[in-house]
Amino acid sequence: MNTQINKSNYDAKAVYWLESRAELLKTFRDMGFTIPSLIFPAMFYIFFGLVFNKSAMSGQMPSYLLATYGVFGVIGPALFSFGVGVASERQQGWLTLKQCTPMPISAYFFARVVTAQVFGLIIVFSLFILGAVFGNVELTRTQWILTLLCLVIGSLPFCAMGLWLGLTLSAKAAPATVNLIYLPMAFLSGLWIPIQLFPEFMQSLAWIFPAFHLSQLTLAIQGFHLKFDLIWHLSILVLMTVVFFFLAFRAFKKMSIN
Amino acid sequence: MTDKHPLINVNGLTKMFGELKALDGVSFSIEPGEVVALLGANGAGKTTLINHLLARVTPDSGTISVANHKPGSYAARQLIGTVLQATQIPSNLTIYEHIELFTSYYPNPMTIEETLSLASLDALKNRYFDTLSGGQQQRVFFALAVCGNPNIILLDEPTVGLDVNARREFWNCITELKSRGTAILLTTHYLEEADALADRILVLADGKLVQQGTSESIKQKLGGKRIRFRSTKTIAEWESSIDMVRFDLRGGYFDVISESPEKLLCALLKTDPDLFDLTVDQISLEDAFLNLSVLGTKHLSTSAITSKEHAA
Repeated sequence: MNTQINKSNYDAKAVYWLESRAELLKTFRDMGFTIPSLIFPAMFYIFFGLVFNKSAMSGQMPSYLLATYGVFGVIGPALFSFGVGVASERQQGWLTLKQCTPMPISAYFFARVVTAQVFGLIIVFSLFILGAVFGNVELTRTQWILTLLCLVIGSLPFCAMGLWLGLTLSAKAAPATVNLIYLPMAFLSGLWIPIQLFPEFMQSLAWIFPAFHLSQLTLAIQGFHLKFDLIWHLSILVLMTVVFFFLAFRAFKKMSIN
Repeated sequence: MTDKHPLINVNGLTKMFGELKALDGVSFSIEPGEVVALLGANGAGKTTLINHLLARVTPDSGTISVANHKPGSYAARQLIGTVLQATQIPSNLTIYEHIELFTSYYPNPMTIEETLSLASLDALKNRYFDTLSGGQQQRVFFALAVCGNPNIILLDEPTVGLDVNARREFWNCITELKSRGTAILLTTHYLEEADALADRILVLADGKLVQQGTSESIKQKLGGKRIRFRSTKTIAEWESSIDMVRFDLRGGYFDVISESPEKLLCALLKTDPDLFDLTVDQISLEDAFLNLSVLGTKHLSTSAITSKEHAA
Protein backbone atom coordinates (compact mmCIF):
# COMPACT_ATOMS: atom_id res chain seq x y z
CA MET A 1 0.00 0.00 0.00
CA ASN A 2 1.25 3.43 -0.68
CA THR A 3 0.86 6.53 1.39
CA GLN A 4 1.08 8.79 -1.63
CA ILE A 5 -2.17 10.38 -2.55
CA ASN A 6 -3.14 9.56 -6.05
CA LYS A 7 -5.91 11.78 -7.25
CA SER A 8 -6.30 10.11 -10.62
CA ASN A 9 -9.40 8.08 -9.78
CA TYR A 10 -10.96 10.73 -7.66
CA ASP A 11 -13.88 12.66 -9.07
CA ALA A 12 -15.00 15.56 -6.91
CA LYS A 13 -18.13 16.08 -8.97
CA ALA A 14 -19.18 12.49 -8.30
CA VAL A 15 -19.09 13.18 -4.55
CA TYR A 16 -21.47 16.12 -4.92
CA TRP A 17 -23.77 14.13 -7.16
CA LEU A 18 -23.82 10.99 -4.99
CA GLU A 19 -24.18 13.01 -1.80
CA SER A 20 -27.16 14.87 -3.30
CA ARG A 21 -28.72 11.69 -4.63
CA ALA A 22 -28.31 10.01 -1.24
CA GLU A 23 -29.86 12.98 0.52
CA LEU A 24 -32.83 13.06 -1.89
CA LEU A 25 -33.44 9.30 -1.59
CA LYS A 26 -33.18 9.49 2.18
CA THR A 27 -35.64 12.37 2.38
CA PHE A 28 -38.17 11.08 -0.16
CA ARG A 29 -38.26 7.67 1.56
CA ASP A 30 -39.22 9.38 4.79
CA MET A 31 -42.95 9.48 4.09
CA GLY A 32 -43.67 11.16 7.41
CA PHE A 33 -41.74 14.14 6.09
CA THR A 34 -42.41 14.00 2.35
CA ILE A 35 -46.20 13.80 2.39
CA PRO A 36 -46.95 16.63 4.83
CA SER A 37 -44.33 18.97 3.46
CA LEU A 38 -45.54 18.52 -0.13
CA ILE A 39 -49.24 18.57 0.69
CA PHE A 40 -49.61 21.29 3.34
CA PRO A 41 -48.82 24.35 1.18
CA ALA A 42 -51.12 23.10 -1.61
CA MET A 43 -53.87 22.26 0.86
CA PHE A 44 -53.68 25.67 2.55
CA TYR A 45 -53.68 27.38 -0.82
CA ILE A 46 -56.77 25.43 -1.92
CA PHE A 47 -58.66 26.31 1.29
CA PHE A 48 -57.73 29.94 1.73
CA GLY A 49 -56.97 30.97 -1.84
CA LEU A 50 -59.27 28.92 -4.04
CA VAL A 51 -62.28 27.90 -1.95
CA PHE A 52 -62.95 30.67 0.57
CA ASN A 53 -61.52 33.92 -0.73
CA LYS A 54 -61.47 33.34 -4.44
CA SER A 55 -63.37 36.52 -5.29
CA ALA A 56 -61.73 38.73 -2.63
CA MET A 57 -59.51 41.65 -3.69
CA SER A 58 -61.64 41.90 -6.82
CA GLY A 59 -60.76 38.36 -7.83
CA GLN A 60 -57.03 38.79 -7.36
CA MET A 61 -56.78 36.80 -4.11
CA PRO A 62 -55.66 33.54 -5.77
CA SER A 63 -52.94 35.45 -7.56
CA TYR A 64 -51.80 37.24 -4.38
CA LEU A 65 -51.79 34.10 -2.23
CA LEU A 66 -49.93 32.17 -4.94
CA ALA A 67 -46.91 34.33 -4.09
CA THR A 68 -47.26 34.11 -0.30
CA TYR A 69 -48.04 30.37 -0.18
CA GLY A 70 -45.10 29.93 -2.53
CA VAL A 71 -42.92 31.53 0.15
CA PHE A 72 -44.55 29.36 2.80
CA GLY A 73 -43.90 26.30 0.61
CA VAL A 74 -40.19 26.86 -0.05
CA ILE A 75 -39.13 27.86 3.45
CA GLY A 76 -40.62 24.70 5.01
CA PRO A 77 -38.22 22.18 3.40
CA ALA A 78 -35.30 24.60 3.89
CA LEU A 79 -35.94 24.95 7.62
CA PHE A 80 -36.74 21.27 8.16
CA SER A 81 -34.05 19.68 5.98
CA PHE A 82 -31.40 21.72 7.73
CA GLY A 83 -32.93 22.33 11.15
CA VAL A 84 -34.29 18.88 11.89
CA GLY A 85 -32.14 16.80 9.53
CA VAL A 86 -28.79 18.19 10.62
CA ALA A 87 -29.73 18.13 14.31
CA SER A 88 -30.62 14.46 14.19
CA GLU A 89 -27.60 13.38 12.12
CA ARG A 90 -25.36 15.43 14.38
CA GLN A 91 -26.72 13.76 17.48
CA GLN A 92 -26.52 10.27 15.92
CA GLY A 93 -22.78 10.79 15.47
CA TRP A 94 -23.30 10.39 11.73
CA LEU A 95 -22.06 13.87 10.90
CA THR A 96 -18.95 13.25 13.03
CA LEU A 97 -18.21 9.99 11.24
CA LYS A 98 -18.54 11.76 7.89
CA GLN A 99 -16.20 14.51 9.08
CA CYS A 100 -13.56 11.85 9.76
CA THR A 101 -13.67 10.85 6.07
CA PRO A 102 -12.19 12.98 3.28
CA MET A 103 -15.71 14.11 2.32
CA PRO A 104 -15.64 17.86 1.65
CA ILE A 105 -18.09 19.29 4.19
CA SER A 106 -19.41 21.56 1.44
CA ALA A 107 -20.77 18.44 -0.31
CA TYR A 108 -22.86 17.65 2.74
CA PHE A 109 -24.41 21.12 2.83
CA PHE A 110 -24.70 21.29 -0.96
CA ALA A 111 -26.73 18.06 -0.91
CA ARG A 112 -29.10 19.51 1.64
CA VAL A 113 -29.56 22.72 -0.35
CA VAL A 114 -30.33 20.62 -3.45
CA THR A 115 -32.86 18.56 -1.50
CA ALA A 116 -34.57 21.64 -0.08
CA GLN A 117 -34.65 23.16 -3.59
CA VAL A 118 -36.14 20.04 -5.19
CA PHE A 119 -38.88 19.97 -2.58
CA GLY A 120 -39.37 23.71 -3.02
CA LEU A 121 -39.68 23.32 -6.80
CA ILE A 122 -42.28 20.55 -6.51
CA ILE A 123 -44.30 22.69 -4.11
CA VAL A 124 -44.06 25.82 -6.27
CA PHE A 125 -45.08 23.95 -9.42
CA SER A 126 -48.02 22.35 -7.66
CA LEU A 127 -49.18 25.82 -6.55
CA PHE A 128 -48.65 27.23 -10.06
CA ILE A 129 -50.81 24.49 -11.56
CA LEU A 130 -53.55 24.87 -8.94
CA GLY A 131 -53.55 28.64 -9.34
CA ALA A 132 -53.59 28.62 -13.13
CA VAL A 133 -56.20 25.87 -13.47
CA PHE A 134 -58.58 26.54 -10.58
CA GLY A 135 -57.80 30.11 -9.56
CA ASN A 136 -57.77 31.80 -12.97
CA VAL A 137 -54.33 33.20 -12.12
CA GLU A 138 -53.03 34.94 -15.22
CA LEU A 139 -49.41 36.07 -15.12
CA THR A 140 -47.12 37.02 -17.97
CA ARG A 141 -44.41 34.52 -18.84
CA THR A 142 -41.82 36.85 -17.25
CA GLN A 143 -43.87 37.03 -14.05
CA TRP A 144 -44.09 33.22 -13.79
CA ILE A 145 -40.35 32.86 -14.30
CA LEU A 146 -39.44 35.69 -11.92
CA THR A 147 -41.75 34.30 -9.23
CA LEU A 148 -40.12 30.89 -9.57
CA LEU A 149 -36.59 32.33 -9.43
CA CYS A 150 -37.42 34.60 -6.52
CA LEU A 151 -38.79 31.68 -4.50
CA VAL A 152 -35.96 29.28 -5.31
CA ILE A 153 -33.16 31.77 -4.55
CA GLY A 154 -35.17 33.20 -1.67
CA SER A 155 -35.08 29.85 0.14
CA LEU A 156 -31.34 30.25 0.79
CA PRO A 157 -31.64 32.53 3.85
CA PHE A 158 -33.86 29.86 5.38
CA CYS A 159 -31.30 27.17 4.61
CA ALA A 160 -28.79 29.25 6.58
CA MET A 161 -31.25 29.79 9.42
CA GLY A 162 -32.10 26.07 9.47
CA LEU A 163 -28.42 25.16 9.45
CA TRP A 164 -27.78 27.32 12.48
CA LEU A 165 -30.74 25.73 14.29
CA GLY A 166 -29.64 22.24 13.25
CA LEU A 167 -26.14 22.79 14.60
CA THR A 168 -27.34 24.13 17.95
CA LEU A 169 -30.59 22.31 18.82
CA SER A 170 -30.80 18.79 20.19
CA ALA A 171 -32.43 16.21 17.93
CA LYS A 172 -35.36 15.95 20.32
CA ALA A 173 -36.00 19.69 20.53
CA ALA A 174 -35.46 20.42 16.84
CA PRO A 175 -38.84 19.44 15.29
CA ALA A 176 -40.89 21.35 17.88
CA THR A 177 -38.60 24.38 17.85
CA VAL A 178 -38.52 24.59 14.06
CA ASN A 179 -42.33 24.38 13.96
CA LEU A 180 -42.53 27.03 16.64
CA ILE A 181 -40.50 29.34 14.44
CA TYR A 182 -41.93 28.30 11.08
CA LEU A 183 -45.68 28.52 11.73
CA PRO A 184 -45.90 31.78 13.75
CA MET A 185 -43.40 33.41 11.41
CA ALA A 186 -45.50 32.35 8.41
CA PHE A 187 -48.65 33.82 9.89
CA LEU A 188 -47.06 37.02 11.23
CA SER A 189 -45.27 37.65 7.94
CA GLY A 190 -48.59 37.65 6.13
CA LEU A 191 -48.11 34.41 4.24
CA TRP A 192 -51.54 33.01 5.13
CA ILE A 193 -53.59 36.20 5.27
CA PRO A 194 -52.53 39.33 3.33
CA ILE A 195 -50.48 41.66 5.51
CA GLN A 196 -52.67 44.65 4.51
CA LEU A 197 -55.45 43.16 6.64
CA PHE A 198 -53.24 43.27 9.78
CA PRO A 199 -53.42 46.09 12.36
CA GLU A 200 -50.64 48.61 11.91
CA PHE A 201 -48.42 47.46 14.81
CA MET A 202 -48.49 43.90 13.46
CA GLN A 203 -47.44 45.18 10.07
CA SER A 204 -44.44 46.85 11.73
CA LEU A 205 -43.67 43.71 13.73
CA ALA A 206 -43.46 41.73 10.48
CA TRP A 207 -40.23 43.55 9.61
CA ILE A 208 -38.26 41.32 12.01
CA PHE A 209 -39.13 38.19 9.99
CA PRO A 210 -37.12 37.20 6.92
CA ALA A 211 -40.26 35.54 5.49
CA PHE A 212 -41.96 38.95 5.35
CA HIS A 213 -39.18 40.42 3.25
CA LEU A 214 -39.13 37.48 0.85
CA SER A 215 -42.91 37.69 0.48
CA GLN A 216 -42.71 41.42 -0.31
CA LEU A 217 -40.12 40.76 -3.01
CA THR A 218 -42.23 37.98 -4.51
CA LEU A 219 -45.44 40.04 -4.33
CA ALA A 220 -43.69 42.97 -6.01
CA ILE A 221 -43.45 40.91 -9.21
CA GLN A 222 -47.23 41.34 -9.47
CA GLY A 223 -47.28 44.81 -7.88
CA PHE A 224 -49.04 43.57 -4.70
CA HIS A 225 -46.33 44.59 -2.23
CA LEU A 226 -46.71 47.27 0.47
CA LYS A 227 -44.87 49.74 -1.75
CA PHE A 228 -41.78 50.13 0.39
CA ASP A 229 -38.60 50.52 -1.57
CA LEU A 230 -37.57 46.97 -2.54
CA ILE A 231 -33.93 47.64 -1.76
CA TRP A 232 -34.88 47.61 1.95
CA HIS A 233 -36.36 44.11 1.73
CA LEU A 234 -33.49 42.86 -0.34
CA SER A 235 -30.75 44.25 1.89
CA ILE A 236 -32.42 43.09 5.11
CA LEU A 237 -32.75 39.62 3.63
CA VAL A 238 -29.09 39.58 2.57
CA LEU A 239 -28.03 40.85 5.98
CA MET A 240 -30.06 38.16 7.76
CA THR A 241 -28.52 35.49 5.52
CA VAL A 242 -25.03 36.67 6.42
CA VAL A 243 -25.87 36.71 10.14
CA PHE A 244 -27.36 33.20 10.07
CA PHE A 245 -24.38 31.87 8.11
CA PHE A 246 -22.02 33.46 10.59
CA LEU A 247 -23.92 31.92 13.52
CA ALA A 248 -23.97 28.54 11.77
CA PHE A 249 -20.27 28.76 11.02
CA ARG A 250 -19.52 29.56 14.66
CA ALA A 251 -21.68 26.67 15.88
CA PHE A 252 -19.94 24.35 13.41
CA LYS A 253 -16.48 25.36 14.62
CA LYS A 254 -17.50 24.94 18.21
CA MET A 255 -18.94 21.51 17.48
CA SER A 256 -15.86 20.10 15.77
CA ILE A 257 -13.03 21.39 17.94
CA ASN A 258 -12.50 20.89 21.65
CA MET B 1 11.27 -2.40 14.48
CA THR B 2 11.38 -2.20 10.73
CA ASP B 3 13.11 0.43 8.71
CA LYS B 4 9.78 1.71 7.38
CA HIS B 5 8.42 5.01 8.62
CA PRO B 6 5.81 4.64 11.29
CA LEU B 7 2.30 5.32 10.07
CA ILE B 8 1.26 6.88 13.32
CA ASN B 9 3.63 8.68 15.61
CA VAL B 10 2.50 10.03 18.95
CA ASN B 11 4.95 11.80 21.20
CA GLY B 12 4.40 13.08 24.74
CA LEU B 13 0.67 13.54 24.25
CA THR B 14 -0.98 15.26 27.22
CA LYS B 15 -4.56 16.43 27.55
CA MET B 16 -6.40 17.90 30.52
CA PHE B 17 -10.19 17.96 30.80
CA GLY B 18 -10.56 20.51 33.56
CA GLU B 19 -8.76 19.04 36.56
CA LEU B 20 -8.66 15.58 35.06
CA LYS B 21 -5.54 14.44 33.26
CA ALA B 22 -7.13 12.41 30.48
CA LEU B 23 -3.82 11.65 28.78
CA ASP B 24 -0.45 11.97 30.45
CA GLY B 25 2.67 11.91 28.30
CA VAL B 26 1.57 9.15 25.95
CA SER B 27 4.10 8.14 23.29
CA PHE B 28 3.92 5.28 20.82
CA SER B 29 4.08 4.53 17.13
CA ILE B 30 2.38 2.15 14.74
CA GLU B 31 4.14 0.58 11.78
CA PRO B 32 2.47 -0.28 8.48
CA GLY B 33 0.59 -3.55 8.69
CA GLU B 34 0.70 -3.77 12.46
CA VAL B 35 -2.33 -4.62 14.59
CA VAL B 36 -2.22 -2.80 17.89
CA ALA B 37 -4.75 -3.13 20.70
CA LEU B 38 -5.25 -0.28 23.10
CA LEU B 39 -6.38 -1.89 26.29
CA GLY B 40 -7.73 -0.14 29.33
CA ALA B 41 -10.64 0.18 31.73
CA ASN B 42 -13.45 2.64 31.07
CA GLY B 43 -12.14 6.16 31.56
CA ALA B 44 -8.52 5.14 31.00
CA GLY B 45 -8.28 7.52 28.03
CA LYS B 46 -8.69 5.16 25.06
CA THR B 47 -11.36 7.16 23.24
CA THR B 48 -9.63 10.44 24.01
CA LEU B 49 -6.53 9.05 22.34
CA ILE B 50 -8.51 7.96 19.25
CA ASN B 51 -10.16 11.38 19.12
CA HIS B 52 -6.73 13.01 19.02
CA LEU B 53 -5.77 10.90 16.03
CA LEU B 54 -8.94 12.11 14.30
CA ALA B 55 -8.36 15.74 15.32
CA ARG B 56 -11.68 15.77 17.14
CA VAL B 57 -9.70 16.90 20.17
CA THR B 58 -6.60 19.08 20.15
CA PRO B 59 -3.72 18.18 22.49
CA ASP B 60 -2.50 20.43 25.31
CA SER B 61 1.03 19.34 24.53
CA GLY B 62 2.81 16.69 22.52
CA THR B 63 2.81 15.88 18.84
CA ILE B 64 0.85 13.52 16.61
CA SER B 65 1.48 12.68 12.99
CA VAL B 66 -0.37 10.43 10.59
CA ALA B 67 2.08 9.38 7.86
CA ASN B 68 3.80 12.74 8.43
CA HIS B 69 0.54 14.62 8.02
CA LYS B 70 -1.31 16.64 10.60
CA PRO B 71 -4.29 14.71 12.04
CA GLY B 72 -7.56 15.91 10.55
CA SER B 73 -5.87 17.28 7.44
CA TYR B 74 -7.32 16.23 4.09
CA ALA B 75 -4.29 13.97 3.46
CA ALA B 76 -4.61 12.32 6.87
CA ARG B 77 -8.32 11.74 6.46
CA GLN B 78 -7.68 9.91 3.19
CA LEU B 79 -5.37 7.48 4.99
CA ILE B 80 -7.58 6.65 7.96
CA GLY B 81 -10.81 4.69 8.18
CA THR B 82 -12.77 4.84 11.41
CA VAL B 83 -15.37 3.02 13.44
CA LEU B 84 -16.55 5.31 16.22
CA GLN B 85 -18.56 4.41 19.29
CA ALA B 86 -22.33 4.78 19.46
CA THR B 87 -23.03 5.99 15.93
CA GLN B 88 -26.36 5.67 14.18
CA ILE B 89 -26.69 5.44 10.41
CA PRO B 90 -29.64 7.12 8.69
CA SER B 91 -31.99 4.22 8.07
CA ASN B 92 -33.50 5.38 4.77
CA LEU B 93 -30.59 4.27 2.60
CA THR B 94 -29.62 0.71 1.77
CA ILE B 95 -26.27 -0.68 2.86
CA TYR B 96 -25.17 -0.65 -0.79
CA GLU B 97 -26.08 3.01 -1.20
CA HIS B 98 -24.20 3.96 1.96
CA ILE B 99 -21.07 2.10 0.87
CA GLU B 100 -21.29 3.54 -2.64
CA LEU B 101 -21.40 7.08 -1.19
CA PHE B 102 -18.49 6.58 1.22
CA THR B 103 -16.44 4.92 -1.53
CA SER B 104 -16.76 8.08 -3.63
CA TYR B 105 -14.90 10.10 -0.96
CA TYR B 106 -11.58 8.29 -1.52
CA PRO B 107 -8.97 8.46 -4.28
CA ASN B 108 -8.09 4.74 -4.43
CA PRO B 109 -11.02 2.88 -2.96
CA MET B 110 -11.86 -0.80 -3.03
CA THR B 111 -14.69 -1.79 -5.33
CA ILE B 112 -18.07 -1.95 -3.61
CA GLU B 113 -18.13 -5.72 -4.16
CA GLU B 114 -14.75 -6.13 -2.44
CA THR B 115 -15.94 -4.09 0.53
CA LEU B 116 -19.17 -6.08 0.79
CA SER B 117 -17.31 -9.36 0.76
CA LEU B 118 -14.64 -8.22 3.23
CA ALA B 119 -17.34 -7.24 5.70
CA SER B 120 -19.52 -10.31 4.88
CA LEU B 121 -22.39 -8.09 3.82
CA ASP B 122 -23.13 -9.49 0.34
CA ALA B 123 -26.44 -10.95 1.38
CA LEU B 124 -27.49 -7.80 3.20
CA LYS B 125 -26.60 -5.14 0.64
CA ASN B 126 -30.19 -4.15 -0.16
CA ARG B 127 -31.34 -3.99 3.43
CA TYR B 128 -31.87 -0.85 5.47
CA PHE B 129 -29.69 -0.26 8.51
CA ASP B 130 -32.41 -0.49 11.16
CA THR B 131 -33.46 -3.97 9.99
CA LEU B 132 -30.02 -5.41 10.82
CA SER B 133 -28.84 -7.12 14.00
CA GLY B 134 -26.24 -5.47 16.21
CA GLY B 135 -23.42 -7.56 14.77
CA GLN B 136 -24.51 -6.84 11.20
CA GLN B 137 -24.76 -3.12 11.94
CA GLN B 138 -21.25 -3.15 13.33
CA ARG B 139 -20.02 -4.81 10.13
CA VAL B 140 -21.65 -1.98 8.16
CA PHE B 141 -19.56 0.52 10.13
CA PHE B 142 -16.55 -1.66 9.45
CA ALA B 143 -17.38 -1.61 5.72
CA LEU B 144 -17.64 2.20 5.74
CA ALA B 145 -14.26 2.38 7.49
CA VAL B 146 -12.46 0.11 5.02
CA CYS B 147 -14.14 1.00 1.69
CA GLY B 148 -11.64 3.77 0.97
CA ASN B 149 -8.76 1.29 1.16
CA PRO B 150 -7.08 3.29 3.93
CA ASN B 151 -3.62 2.47 5.29
CA ILE B 152 -4.81 2.52 8.85
CA ILE B 153 -8.10 1.64 10.51
CA LEU B 154 -9.09 2.98 13.93
CA LEU B 155 -11.70 0.87 15.68
CA ASP B 156 -13.07 2.30 18.91
CA GLU B 157 -14.55 -0.60 20.88
CA PRO B 158 -15.86 -2.24 17.73
CA THR B 159 -17.37 -5.29 19.41
CA VAL B 160 -18.80 -3.82 22.57
CA GLY B 161 -22.28 -5.18 23.24
CA LEU B 162 -22.02 -7.97 20.66
CA ASP B 163 -22.65 -11.61 21.51
CA VAL B 164 -19.89 -14.18 21.18
CA ASN B 165 -20.79 -15.27 17.64
CA ALA B 166 -21.12 -11.74 16.32
CA ARG B 167 -17.82 -10.85 17.93
CA ARG B 168 -16.07 -13.80 16.29
CA GLU B 169 -17.53 -12.88 12.91
CA PHE B 170 -16.19 -9.38 13.41
CA TRP B 171 -12.77 -10.78 14.32
CA ASN B 172 -12.77 -12.70 11.05
CA CYS B 173 -13.25 -9.43 9.20
CA ILE B 174 -10.33 -7.89 11.08
CA THR B 175 -8.09 -10.87 10.44
CA GLU B 176 -8.97 -10.71 6.76
CA LEU B 177 -8.14 -6.99 6.70
CA LYS B 178 -4.87 -7.61 8.52
CA SER B 179 -3.85 -10.12 5.85
CA ARG B 180 -4.21 -7.31 3.27
CA GLY B 181 -1.53 -5.33 5.13
CA THR B 182 -3.69 -2.66 6.71
CA ALA B 183 -2.48 -1.30 10.04
CA ILE B 184 -5.16 -1.49 12.71
CA LEU B 185 -5.50 0.27 16.03
CA LEU B 186 -8.38 -1.01 18.09
CA THR B 187 -9.49 -0.09 21.56
CA THR B 188 -11.12 -2.76 23.64
CA HIS B 189 -11.69 -3.84 27.16
CA TYR B 190 -12.04 -7.45 26.11
CA LEU B 191 -8.73 -9.08 26.85
CA GLU B 192 -9.32 -12.10 24.69
CA GLU B 193 -9.95 -9.73 21.81
CA ALA B 194 -6.56 -8.10 22.26
CA ASP B 195 -5.00 -11.53 22.76
CA ALA B 196 -6.60 -12.96 19.63
CA LEU B 197 -6.01 -10.09 17.22
CA ALA B 198 -3.15 -7.87 18.24
CA ASP B 199 0.54 -8.05 17.40
CA ARG B 200 1.16 -5.58 20.16
CA ILE B 201 -0.79 -4.36 23.15
CA LEU B 202 -0.68 -0.91 24.71
CA VAL B 203 -2.07 -0.76 28.21
CA LEU B 204 -3.52 2.57 29.23
CA ALA B 205 -4.35 3.32 32.89
CA ASP B 206 -5.43 6.75 34.11
CA GLY B 207 -4.14 8.39 30.96
CA LYS B 208 -0.68 6.84 31.21
CA LEU B 209 0.73 4.22 28.92
CA VAL B 210 1.78 1.77 31.61
CA GLN B 211 2.89 -1.10 29.46
CA GLN B 212 3.43 -2.10 25.89
CA GLY B 213 4.48 -5.27 24.19
CA THR B 214 3.12 -8.49 22.74
CA SER B 215 0.50 -10.26 24.80
CA GLU B 216 3.17 -12.89 25.52
CA SER B 217 5.62 -10.34 26.88
CA ILE B 218 2.98 -8.69 29.03
CA LYS B 219 2.10 -12.03 30.55
CA GLN B 220 5.79 -12.70 30.99
CA LYS B 221 6.43 -9.43 32.77
CA LEU B 222 4.16 -10.51 35.54
CA GLY B 223 5.87 -13.83 35.93
CA GLY B 224 4.90 -16.77 33.87
CA LYS B 225 2.76 -19.05 36.04
CA ARG B 226 -0.15 -18.97 38.34
CA ILE B 227 -0.25 -21.49 41.18
CA ARG B 228 -3.48 -22.38 42.93
CA PHE B 229 -4.01 -24.69 45.86
CA ARG B 230 -5.99 -25.27 49.02
CA SER B 231 -4.51 -25.43 52.47
CA THR B 232 -5.53 -25.38 56.11
CA LYS B 233 -2.98 -22.68 56.90
CA THR B 234 -4.00 -19.02 56.99
CA ILE B 235 -2.80 -16.30 54.67
CA ALA B 236 -0.76 -14.73 57.49
CA GLU B 237 1.00 -17.99 58.16
CA TRP B 238 1.86 -18.34 54.51
CA GLU B 239 3.17 -14.83 54.15
CA SER B 240 5.32 -15.13 57.28
CA SER B 241 6.92 -18.35 56.12
CA ILE B 242 7.64 -17.40 52.50
CA ASP B 243 9.16 -13.98 51.79
CA MET B 244 8.54 -11.67 48.86
CA VAL B 245 5.45 -13.51 47.60
CA ARG B 246 1.93 -12.16 47.59
CA PHE B 247 -0.79 -14.68 48.48
CA ASP B 248 -4.40 -14.07 47.56
CA LEU B 249 -7.28 -16.10 48.92
CA ARG B 250 -10.04 -16.42 46.32
CA GLY B 251 -13.00 -18.72 46.83
CA GLY B 252 -11.13 -21.04 49.21
CA TYR B 253 -8.09 -21.24 46.91
CA PHE B 254 -4.75 -19.61 47.49
CA ASP B 255 -3.58 -17.80 44.42
CA VAL B 256 0.06 -16.98 43.72
CA ILE B 257 1.66 -15.57 40.61
CA SER B 258 5.30 -16.47 40.18
CA GLU B 259 8.16 -15.99 37.76
CA SER B 260 9.97 -19.03 39.12
CA PRO B 261 7.21 -21.53 39.86
CA GLU B 262 9.52 -24.52 40.33
CA LYS B 263 11.39 -22.95 43.25
CA LEU B 264 8.20 -21.65 44.76
CA LEU B 265 6.52 -25.06 44.56
CA CYS B 266 9.38 -26.58 46.60
CA ALA B 267 8.97 -23.91 49.23
CA LEU B 268 5.20 -24.32 49.30
CA LEU B 269 5.37 -28.05 49.79
CA LYS B 270 8.05 -27.70 52.46
CA THR B 271 5.84 -25.28 54.40
CA ASP B 272 2.71 -27.36 54.12
CA PRO B 273 3.15 -30.93 52.90
CA ASP B 274 -0.61 -31.38 53.24
CA LEU B 275 -1.68 -28.72 50.73
CA PHE B 276 -4.11 -30.10 48.12
CA ASP B 277 -5.97 -29.39 44.87
CA LEU B 278 -2.77 -27.97 43.38
CA THR B 279 -2.75 -26.56 39.84
CA VAL B 280 -0.15 -24.62 37.86
CA ASP B 281 -1.38 -22.57 34.87
CA GLN B 282 -0.09 -20.20 32.29
CA ILE B 283 -1.04 -16.74 33.48
CA SER B 284 -3.96 -15.29 31.50
CA LEU B 285 -3.81 -11.88 29.94
CA GLU B 286 -6.66 -11.01 32.25
CA ASP B 287 -4.47 -11.64 35.31
CA ALA B 288 -1.71 -9.61 33.75
CA PHE B 289 -4.08 -6.80 32.99
CA LEU B 290 -5.58 -6.76 36.47
CA ASN B 291 -2.12 -6.46 37.91
CA LEU B 292 -1.11 -3.79 35.45
CA SER B 293 -4.02 -1.43 35.68
CA VAL B 294 -5.74 -2.16 38.97
CA LEU B 295 -2.71 -2.44 41.16
CA GLY B 296 -1.53 0.66 39.44
CA THR B 297 1.71 1.92 38.15
CA LYS B 298 3.64 1.48 41.40
CA HIS B 299 3.31 -2.25 41.39
CA LEU B 300 4.04 -2.24 37.73
CA SER B 301 7.28 -0.38 38.00
CA THR B 302 8.56 -2.85 40.59
CA SER B 303 7.44 -5.79 38.49
CA ALA B 304 9.12 -4.23 35.46
CA ILE B 305 12.32 -3.92 37.43
CA THR B 306 12.18 -7.49 38.70
CA SER B 307 11.51 -8.77 35.22
CA LYS B 308 14.51 -6.80 33.95
CA GLU B 309 16.65 -8.26 36.70
CA HIS B 310 15.24 -11.63 35.87
CA ALA B 311 16.16 -11.21 32.24
CA ALA B 312 19.65 -10.01 33.18
